[in-house]
Amino acid sequence: MQLIQQRLRTAPPRYWLVLVVAMFFVGLPTVVSSFQSSEWTQVLIFAIVIMGLNILVGYSGQISLGHGALMAVGAYTSAILIHRYRVDYLVTIPIAGLLTGVVGFLLGIPALRLSALYLALATFALAVVTPSLIKRPVELTGGVQGILIAAPDPPQFAKDAFAAITGGPAMTSDQWMYYVSLFLALLLFWFAWNIVRHRPGRAMRAIRDREVAAATFGINVAAYKTMAFGISAFYAGIAGALYGLTSGFVSPDSFPLALSFQLLVGTVIGGLGSIAGPLVGGIFTFWLPIISSQFVSSQPWIPAQIASAFQKAGPAVTYGALLIVIMIFAPNGIVGLVFAGYVRLQARLRGAGDRGTGQMPPDPQTV
Amino acid sequence: MANKGPRLGVLAAFLVILAACGGSSGTTTATDVGITSNSILLGNTIAQSGVAASYGTIANAENAYFTYINNQGGVNGRKINFKILDDAYAPPNAVTLTKQLVEQDQVFAMFSGLGTQTQTSVRDYLNTKKVPQLFVATGATTFDLDYGMHSFTLGWQPPYQGESRIYAKDILANHASAKIGVLYQNDDYGQDYLKGLTDGLGSSATMIIAKEAFDSTAPNVTSQLVKLHAAGVDTLFIFAIPVPTLTALATVTALHWKPNQIYLNSVSNPASYMKFAASKGAAIDGVISVAYLKDPTDPQWANDAGMKLYRTVIANCSTCDANNGFNIYGVAVAYTMVDVLKQAGSNLTRANVMSIAATQLNETNPFLLPGVTVKTSSSDHFPIMQEQVIQWQGGATGGWKLQGSIIDERGTVK
Amino acid sequence: MQELIQQVVSGLANGGIFASLALALVLIYNAMGLLNFAQGEMAMFATFIAFTFINHGVSYWFALPLTVAIAFAGGVLIQRVVIRPVERAPVLTLVIVTLGLATLINGAAGFFFGYVPRVFPSPFSVSTVNLLGAYVSYQDMGVIVVSGVVLVLIYLLLQRTTIGLTMRAAAHHREASRLLGVRVSWMLALGWGLASAVGTVSGIMVAPVLVLEPNLMQTIIIYAFAAAVLGGIESPLGAVVGGLIVGVTVNLAGAYIPFVGGDLQLAVALAIIVGVLVVKPNGLFGRPSVRNV
Repeated sequence: MQLIQQRLRTAPPRYWLVLVVAMFFVGLPTVVSSFQSSEWTQVLIFAIVIMGLNILVGYSGQISLGHGALMAVGAYTSAILIHRYRVDYLVTIPIAGLLTGVVGFLLGIPALRLSALYLALATFALAVVTPSLIKRPVELTGGVQGILIAAPDPPQFAKDAFAAITGGPAMTSDQWMYYVSLFLALLLFWFAWNIVRHRPGRAMRAIRDREVAAATFGINVAAYKTMAFGISAFYAGIAGALYGLTSGFVSPDSFPLALSFQLLVGTVIGGLGSIAGPLVGGIFTFWLPIISSQFVSSQPWIPAQIASAFQKAGPAVTYGALLIVIMIFAPNGIVGLVFAGYVRLQARLRGAGDRGTGQMPPDPQTV
Repeated sequence: MANKGPRLGVLAAFLVILAACGGSSGTTTATDVGITSNSILLGNTIAQSGVAASYGTIANAENAYFTYINNQGGVNGRKINFKILDDAYAPPNAVTLTKQLVEQDQVFAMFSGLGTQTQTSVRDYLNTKKVPQLFVATGATTFDLDYGMHSFTLGWQPPYQGESRIYAKDILANHASAKIGVLYQNDDYGQDYLKGLTDGLGSSATMIIAKEAFDSTAPNVTSQLVKLHAAGVDTLFIFAIPVPTLTALATVTALHWKPNQIYLNSVSNPASYMKFAASKGAAIDGVISVAYLKDPTDPQWANDAGMKLYRTVIANCSTCDANNGFNIYGVAVAYTMVDVLKQAGSNLTRANVMSIAATQLNETNPFLLPGVTVKTSSSDHFPIMQEQVIQWQGGATGGWKLQGSIIDERGTVK
Repeated sequence: MQELIQQVVSGLANGGIFASLALALVLIYNAMGLLNFAQGEMAMFATFIAFTFINHGVSYWFALPLTVAIAFAGGVLIQRVVIRPVERAPVLTLVIVTLGLATLINGAAGFFFGYVPRVFPSPFSVSTVNLLGAYVSYQDMGVIVVSGVVLVLIYLLLQRTTIGLTMRAAAHHREASRLLGVRVSWMLALGWGLASAVGTVSGIMVAPVLVLEPNLMQTIIIYAFAAAVLGGIESPLGAVVGGLIVGVTVNLAGAYIPFVGGDLQLAVALAIIVGVLVVKPNGLFGRPSVRNV
């Protein structure tokens, strides 16, 4: 008891922030519509993939432009198990994650031989080929017809709990899948946080910053790099399974190059090597296309020419431009920007003392 | 609490509908979600960016027709509001955007959604919610064929399988000793056409001596055509979207290959693409296809009332090229939509509109070839099943010439 | 036999297309050690600019050098505005910036020029020539010939002129070059301008053979990358030879390997990329590089 009290008192403010955010997400479906919950489910799904990508890119320093392909592996694993083998959909999620993790691990092996630039190229080519590869084994994947997945019904306990809290209409399938995704997101967040905080995280960061030096320190570079690939693939597989379940349909065109690109972009814009980054990245990845094509044109105060030009140019121009601007001005992503601002604010408030001693602000990437 | 708002709204709507239903005795006056006293809200998802962006103009053409109708006072006093969203041809986007249109924007019906995979991905959802998925912009046969299982979904254009059955008929009647080779796109589109051709040939399907698939990521279709040529094919079918079709035509000529017949599918036959192929050296005389729409570049319709109406309508769309075959398609299907809404009269419920579209249509559409009717009945849910064979004549400055008479495929696709 | 010869000849024709774009990729790599994912889109956009000139009555032979000059300026501008701020950033940032650039340019092309495919003229005729019983068009041969000419020009520039030497020095040894008084930043800009110009020539040659539309270069660029990687990412000769090999391999694999078939041709390009990078990362003509730690 004492230990817990002590822990609570000395916990850094960051931990409380995490708790507040988690509570916000738990309560969200009770106050917004079922449709809006389904939108936030997509945000959470992207956040899960980005958590994995963050471990790969932000912590172990490897690039992947092919995580859409890994999501496809997870989604199809889950869909095939449900459709052909009548496995319960919840059970398929971890199976999809594990299978994709193995695939990722295997991909990580040749990746060891590729420098960052070439790894980007190879994974880029993989992402482009993915729809064609999916179409091939028609018996297994349904080819271009895709596989339809029935929307899962919320179990009775969930319906009762939800009804008790909100006293409103019955829990929809969308709301149930929101909670499934949230549960997995929190679990996977905790898992990632622990990896990053302990030895594997430190080893990966050492590899990212100075690979040759890390090797001389006795760190098994190959093992950690392939492990990072495997872990990030595991995350992508779970997110992929959820992606398929919430769409109700998997098909080759569900995983185009654009998806892989958006995921990497979301990771970087959220903030590489930061813990909050994935959530910000997930929000950005989901909402940007919608905002750029719908929101802008619906605002009355924006002149019609600009709005229609915005809408016709489409998310592509907005995406590209925003990306470039953020890379130039905020390479540490949004979280980095916020943190830098926070640090500067703190320095101001603390007064001349710090400027005098020249003390460096704490490294934003440690947890 | 934010929660009470929606619930009260639903209760209010329910009471209004109840009152409205109980109010009259003779004609039913009823409305539904998405209908107000002076507007009807329709929703649509289509590719307006990315690889399939060239289809995006279809929704703009449809909107042009709705604008035309609105300028004349609308449908029974109600203006049509058409909300178009860009799904970039990806099913997960289509799902999210469709859900938004249905649950947040509260559309009355989804109209002319484009893409087989995208519309398949939302079909179950819309049918469960009993929201009409009307006149989907794809010829995939399943949308009309499976009406029994999805009674809130309907296609419009002639199904791809119906079209290739017409080709099969033409072959069996006129070229019974043909050695057929098929170049087809490796997706639902190409495969659907191929199935129709194979089924249509029936026991003579062995006439197909070679089939080559290609993917949209291939650099071109040359290696496939070389194989077909080497296999001894003398009758070539090209089931592809416009760009690979015209490069295929050019390549056939470049290989010094002169098949007895070349058949093209209808999506890729607009005259502008044929002329494009000719400019790349393709020998296009004698190429065969089918049509059900009037071609804006065909001089025989220059004084036709329907074509004049089309040109008036399409002027409402500043980004639409009037000579683009996709645009007259959009105007034609919008015409049918308005027709259905007019027929519903004051009984503007989703169920009634769906029933009219799927079982009570009998329309002569000014933008379709003379003789083609848009028709559905309780046993037939394929709105358009008639096409006419066309053949290109006159080289690079020529055009499609109608051959024979309208061929009716009603009842053949099962 | 006839079929095989035709497949090889058609493959060479495709290879010419890949080679012409690969040359631009090699130039950028020589200038700054970067794989420019936006190269294809830049080439496509410049080709559209040429198309606009020709459409407004400018003669082809005037529009071509005019567009190449504009593209050169455009490349320099992009380097100054977009690339220079992130010059010293880690590889990941640069990759994302070039991908962002590619997305931006593609969207802009769609916005300004629309998605309808256009006819683009060629100085070469469409008629074909009989080569060992196989047919190839003058246009296809034109692509290969022009690529060859560009190759020679690039070679002469990089290996035989002072400015080429300075460019290469600035790319490989930045700090040392600065100490020697080289304006490194402007060398990089020059590299971008040249690559953009070469890409434009590629686009102008390729558009008549394919179709001019915003998605023209989207898959071509992957084959071009395969060509550049196979030939050795720093070697212009490698780009051309690599391009021809990739073209023939993709065609033959598609035609004769049932597993690949007509629909997995791009996977062959992917296999080439990964295979070369894993087995012999420097490609056919590249020199092994030593990394100092």
